[in-house]
Amino acid sequence: MLRWILGGREAQGTVEKSAALFIGEEQPKNCFTEMQVLKGHFDIVRFLVQVDDLSAGDQHLSVCVFQTGDSLIELRGHTQQITAMISYTFIRGGNAHTALITASSDRTLSLWDPDSGNRVQNISDLQSPVKCLLVLVRLDVWLSGGNELCVWNRDFELQCKTVHHSDAGISAMVELPKNFIAAAMDKEIVIFKLNLSGSDIVVMAMRHLADHQDTIHSLIHINDGLFASGSHIGELIIWDSVDWTIQAYEHILWEEPARDGQSEFKLNHQKQIERSIQHMSSDGEYIVAAVGSGLYVYNVLMKSVVAYRRIAHDSNVLHTVLQRLMSCSEDGSVRMWELQDLPLPAEPASSGFFGMFGTFGRSSKQTGPPAKKIPEVPGLRSLELIGDLIGHSGAVQMFLSFKEKGLVTCSTDHLLIIWKDGEFQSQLRSLAVFQKLEENQEL
Amino acid sequence: MIGSPDVVALTKEDDFGDSFTDPCSLPEEFSVPLFAHAANANPWTKTSYAKFSKDFILVSEFSEQVGPQPLLTIPNDPKVCGTFDLNYFSLRIMSVDYQASFVGHPPGSNYPKLNFVADSKVVLGDSKEGAFAYVHHLTLYDLEARGFVRPFCLAYISADERKIMHQFQELSSEFSKASEFLKSGNRKAFANELEKKLKDLEYTRSVLHKETELQKMNNGCYSTQAIEKANELANVEKSIYEHKDLLRQITSYPSRKKDVDFVQHEMEKPADTSVIDDTLNSNHSDVADKTVETESESRKSSYTPQLIKAKSAKCFDKRLKTMEELCDASFFHQTLEQLNIIEKSFRGDLCLIYTSQIDRALLSKQSVTSFLFEAERDWEYGGTSTNFSISSNNPTVPILNISGEPLSLDSYTTCIDVDHIKPGVESMEGPPESSTSDITQETSEAADTETKGSFSSDKSIEAFGGVSPSSLQANYFDGLERKSKVSIASPSENTSCSVAVPQMTSDGNLVPMDAACCIGQDGFIFEEPLPELAQECCGDTVVNQEPLSLLQGDPALQVDYTLEESALAESPNMGLTFSELNTEEVAKINIEDVSDSTSFMSASTSSDQAVSPFTYGSALTLKQKKKAGHSALRFIRQYPFAQQAIFCLLSGRTLVILGVDEGTVRKLVNALFIFVPNLGKYGETVQPWLSSPFQLTDLQRWKLIGLQRAASPAGSSILHSLNRYSRYISILDCDNKTLRCPPYKGTLVSHLADHRTQIKRGSTYFLHVQGMLTQLTAKAFLYTFCHHIHLPMDINDQGSVTSRRTNFLLQLGYTVEESKIVHYLSELIKQHYIQGSSKGGNQSFCFNYTTSYLYKI
Repeated sequence: MLRWILGGREAQGTVEKSAALFIGEEQPKNCFTEMQVLKGHFDIVRFLVQVDDLSAGDQHLSVCVFQTGDSLIELRGHTQQITAMISYTFIRGGNAHTALITASSDRTLSLWDPDSGNRVQNISDLQSPVKCLLVLVRLDVWLSGGNELCVWNRDFELQCKTVHHSDAGISAMVELPKNFIAAAMDKEIVIFKLNLSGSDIVVMAMRHLADHQDTIHSLIHINDGLFASGSHIGELIIWDSVDWTIQAYEHILWEEPARDGQSEFKLNHQKQIERSIQHMSSDGEYIVAAVGSGLYVYNVLMKSVVAYRRIAHDSNVLHTVLQRLMSCSEDGSVRMWELQDLPLPAEPASSGFFGMFGTFGRSSKQTGPPAKKIPEVPGLRSLELIGDLIGHSGAVQMFLSFKEKGLVTCSTDHLLIIWKDGEFQSQLRSLAVFQKLEENQEL
Repeated sequence: MIGSPDVVALTKEDDFGDSFTDPCSLPEEFSVPLFAHAANANPWTKTSYAKFSKDFILVSEFSEQVGPQPLLTIPNDPKVCGTFDLNYFSLRIMSVDYQASFVGHPPGSNYPKLNFVADSKVVLGDSKEGAFAYVHHLTLYDLEARGFVRPFCLAYISADERKIMHQFQELSSEFSKASEFLKSGNRKAFANELEKKLKDLEYTRSVLHKETELQKMNNGCYSTQAIEKANELANVEKSIYEHKDLLRQITSYPSRKKDVDFVQHEMEKPADTSVIDDTLNSNHSDVADKTVETESESRKSSYTPQLIKAKSAKCFDKRLKTMEELCDASFFHQTLEQLNIIEKSFRGDLCLIYTSQIDRALLSKQSVTSFLFEAERDWEYGGTSTNFSISSNNPTVPILNISGEPLSLDSYTTCIDVDHIKPGVESMEGPPESSTSDITQETSEAADTETKGSFSSDKSIEAFGGVSPSSLQANYFDGLERKSKVSIASPSENTSCSVAVPQMTSDGNLVPMDAACCIGQDGFIFEEPLPELAQECCGDTVVNQEPLSLLQGDPALQVDYTLEESALAESPNMGLTFSELNTEEVAKINIEDVSDSTSFMSASTSSDQAVSPFTYGSALTLKQKKKAGHSALRFIRQYPFAQQAIFCLLSGRTLVILGVDEGTVRKLVNALFIFVPNLGKYGETVQPWLSSPFQLTDLQRWKLIGLQRAASPAGSSILHSLNRYSRYISILDCDNKTLRCPPYKGTLVSHLADHRTQIKRGSTYFLHVQGMLTQLTAKAFLYTFCHHIHLPMDINDQGSVTSRRTNFLLQLGYTVEESKIVHYLSELIKQHYIQGSSKGGNQSFCFNYTTSYLYKI
């Protein structure tokens, strides 16, 4: 594998790091000027799921449901850490009900009614803990992935399941067209097909895609034609959803020049921790990937990198979102970014921290793709920090944007914080005041 | 803080009075009645004419054995009444009422009848004694008393006639409450008494019956003894009948006309009232024997009936019941409590009472914004605020003039005028320039020593305030400080009072000083006392020195007093300051008297305790806030960045005061807490001393935090949290004397906290602050409820709303920073209005992204 290493640019890299990461207290573009702290959890909060107007946070043993920060229902029942959570909307009696499915390390699956807080369904004594959940709205079934893949209907009846796979088990799933499912299992992506014959559903593995060289951490849906996967050593592969061929292959190497063999080994060792793709998110055109403590923005259609920042946080980035580019990290902060055109496009400041390989229709990983060295990437933009949200005292696990209503973050410090646009909230309150005045006829 | 007239009336030397030009004059009903001869008389000295030092409440009885006699006074302190002849005055007031309460056999009725007469309320004046009184007559029932009634009266005695007249309605309603307590308790006790008596009578009857039977058996029906016994029996029967009738009457009393307070009282003491209700509601007359027995079994099982004579004993043979016995003990104490409340709330000058009543009445209409900076004072005054209606007319008051002299206000005041040395008009308005610097120096000196001295010492320094500023040399100061600590051990409230008294009265020692002061000051017109009045003065020396002689009982105070005297002697320009003292000190007494007398914190205990008003569970009082005004004044003089710190508090940015020494930190917190908007009744938004790292949620809760700086691991984690949340907080480091906060440029806060301010008194400064904050609140109110700036023209019109808001605030004359203050207050008002007064547990917390700077001294 050929690495495109930019020598002698390191100094600038560090300058860039220190200069850009210190934003200071003056943040005119940061609109989050109001916060509300939600207390309710007694352990690390790992997941947030939007259920209608509610957001649900998750922790070790219980799930809390908050409604606009006020009312709180505690869904208590699991005896061990919750491993996956998903909202599930189904039609019953003409009305859409939104429920919450949770999976836990105690080898149970539960269906909760978030309005009443009741545990509606419960399945225990699973053979293995479930690691991920996927709802297929079209088929009105849902899938659980652990050591095996199980298909359930809305009444919590097991429809079918695959044979035992491996110890690693399924860590992530995405839905593909024509009733196909892509599941990440360790270094492989397995394509399953759901065969519907009448009321019976049969699931079978169709293809094993073994192009990743390390564990796949992230698997996302990009658009109807593409999905993406990211691995522990920084491999980002864009796949075609229909014929499962590689559309693009990026190996993101946050490399630094090696001085000698000894130190290179050492550095490599560090880098392997650093460049793991923890999380990706996409809006159908762009992908943002959390790579180590850096961020990487990739244009899927152009098959080119848009912007990147090797050190975006002081520690590993855990979650990202693209609509309003934000990332959260183990360092306890949420940072907001803006894509800005580089002032001097002729001199892409440090375009060399990645290797780029475009391969098309590649089926075997043995045949090394022809290395294409791109000294200058046209249209490369820079990621500028426009604001950060500091509040949590532990790693920010995840955040969830509720558009103008605000942003909810959850953290290992057991807290949830709703960040709101102060100006907007103030206007809302004014409206509420006048509404109340009108009701009381005091106007 | 509504009462800006208050400020004008009480401050005489600050710049506020000068700059205060009221653009729209107050409506008539809010204006405070002016002192009739304000031009040439000192309005504060009126009390000195009377033979008592301050207003008090007298409870007296017209005893059927000894005639009118005083029972108790509130406050129960012989000092208060001085040489005032209570016996004489009791006679006066008790000889008034008697239209009422005839109990006995009314014509045409065979049985005694209880009259439930309404209390009578009159105003009495005795200009010879210099005493005026609101007198509230009531009768209590006593089985053993003549006609079953004992007349009592409650009197509020004051030297200020206008006070009685103006406050007649309020006095009447408050005393009615007290009287109602007494009478309810009395009805209960009377019913019990009757039941006991009935039991006795029943028992007697049965015994007599047996004896009669025995007599009949032995001696035949018509023997003399038998007839005697039969007569006796008939008497007892009649007596039983009468008593049953009385019991029926007392229990059927239409006691259910509940006023609000009574209901509250009942709620407080459910156990008690259930008993009363039982007693009062069950109709004894139907099956009296049974009900009495069954019902009273539980309560009076211990009572064994006695054989009694049908005729009651002669009136002079028996001991009359005390008032406490006449009423139920708990009711009696309730009454005393109420009387104490009355005494407290009507203490001080009329002008002040009136202003505060207007203040309260207006405040009650301002629930939308009053939570921001107003102390919640409802608990202090009970129902007065609701009853009070603003009226400039005097209520029609029945006046009785005992002394027969013409009792016009004019004659009364003129009498005082000649008696007292007239201070000039100028003395009311502004201090002579020369003395200001001295005072300032004094205050700063006090501020400097604050670190080593305890708060209590500061307090007493304030008490001696204007006495000897120029002579407060270091050694002197120490002396004072040492002494003051001793003096504080005496009831703290009286220190300032009693020290001030001899200065007011023109007693022998001080007359020269007085004269000096009058000559020394331009504005003073010194009038030689008229010969006969001078004579009277001499004759009155005993009276005038009365407080002094009482002082002598307290060695500590005596020491202070002499110390002070020598200070006076040494000081060359003493006259100036002393003249100031004359008006200023008394004004201060009045202010302080209004709030409360029961020393709200034991000043003699540990200094830390005394410094902080934040004792958990107790509401912040106005008095504490006024004291805080003093600390605040020192703070703004001492720290050049005080404006920035105050700006932080007003704009809702949490201010952390970091320091090693708890006392210092608490002192600073104490100085700043009056600037915290929405302080809460108990000061919930202030944390005076925190020794653990604070959390994010704490920032939401507290707006002013005193934080311990420690070298321990805990201390480092505190510093870490400070660092982490530095963008949300401002840090005042009181060890290094630095402040890290966003910059502030503007005139608003500099008016509020001008380190060159001429204001010297903490309470005056507090009023100044309150005035400014009220202004600010009014602007915030305007900003909040001007709907044309907040409502979007159409759905996607957010941007224009924002710009309209900004423009509105700019038009109000606020800079960008000051807009933040108004904006923050407005947000608080909105939240408060939407959520109601209950503070929702989970409120959002607003902040700004602005750069902080480090300010140093």
